[in-house]
Amino acid sequence: MTVSPTLDKRFREAAAAAGLLDVAYDLAETPIGTLLVATTDRGLCRISYDPQPELEAESLAHTFGLRVLRATKPIDPVRRQLDEYFEGTRTTFELQIDLSHQAPFSRAVLNRLARVPYGQVTTYGALAAEAHRPKAARAVGTVMNRNPVPIVLPCHRVVGANGALVGYGGGLERKEQLLKLEGALENTLL
Amino acid sequence: MAVIVPPFESFYEEHRDAVFRELRRLVGKDAEDAYQETFLRALRAYGRLKHTENLRAWVLTIARRVAIDHYRRREAPTVIAEPETDSRPAYAELGELADGLPRKERAAVVLRYGYDLSYAAIGAALGSSEDAARQAASAGVRRLRRRMQ
Repeated sequence: MTVSPTLDKRFREAAAAAGLLDVAYDLAETPIGTLLVATTDRGLCRISYDPQPELEAESLAHTFGLRVLRATKPIDPVRRQLDEYFEGTRTTFELQIDLSHQAPFSRAVLNRLARVPYGQVTTYGALAAEAHRPKAARAVGTVMNRNPVPIVLPCHRVVGANGALVGYGGGLERKEQLLKLEGALENTLL
Repeated sequence: MAVIVPPFESFYEEHRDAVFRELRRLVGKDAEDAYQETFLRALRAYGRLKHTENLRAWVLTIARRVAIDHYRRREAPTVIAEPETDSRPAYAELGELADGLPRKERAAVVLRYGYDLSYAAIGAALGSSEDAARQAASAGVRRLRRRMQ
């Protein structure tokens, strides 16, 4: 005898509604692939490309607490805004982001990153300078690579000083697709 | 040595069918509500878990407690003015009759003779063995007999 999908869903949503979860996550389908989206009660805490849900659950538990559960409702606002972004009708995300587990330098850089506007690009060096560490372009590159919430925090808008795309945690092809969607590819070397 | 408790998601996926089967056995058609209650209780305690051994036994214990609470609620004494035409289900009648028995004996008597549960199921619900359940039920019956003489 197995648990029906209805009963399973009922428990998951009740657990989330009762505020008993450290992290809720779910998968979201987008034109650039399936994403795993996770939230805490502080806000969006992770977006992962090509997710392996079991490994992600372990990593989320390690960072945010053991009470990690897949649930639909807490993710719905993120899913909706991502849909609108990929449809081209949304240029800014209105979401709380949980950066509480980021180191101070990463947090400072990610906060600057959040202000890079839709359809524009900046450079690793420029971000480093804004974070008052003008020589830390490489460290900024590392922070971009480990960006916990790509797309929403737009690390795809950060390129090399010469306009080269350089790299992207989700693969360069996706960086190109996102910039193309935003009409920003002409600002790069590609 | 690092103790690694799995994320709740993995724990839940691994044990949910067993919990549901146990609850179907213990509370029948009310298993769905009991299922949700069991995992909500497990979730409340999960952040404080220190052990990883036998999480199955741990969650089944919670399920049995939920089943016991379920029966206690149903056994809540009902005031019935006219016992002439007694349309009460057997467990309600027994529930009243058995009031005043020690807790465990009362539960065993009601579950056995009111709900017609097996001793194995009663033992499971009470967190004790089949034999202990049988003994509790017969001790309860003896006590009732003495009281009625």
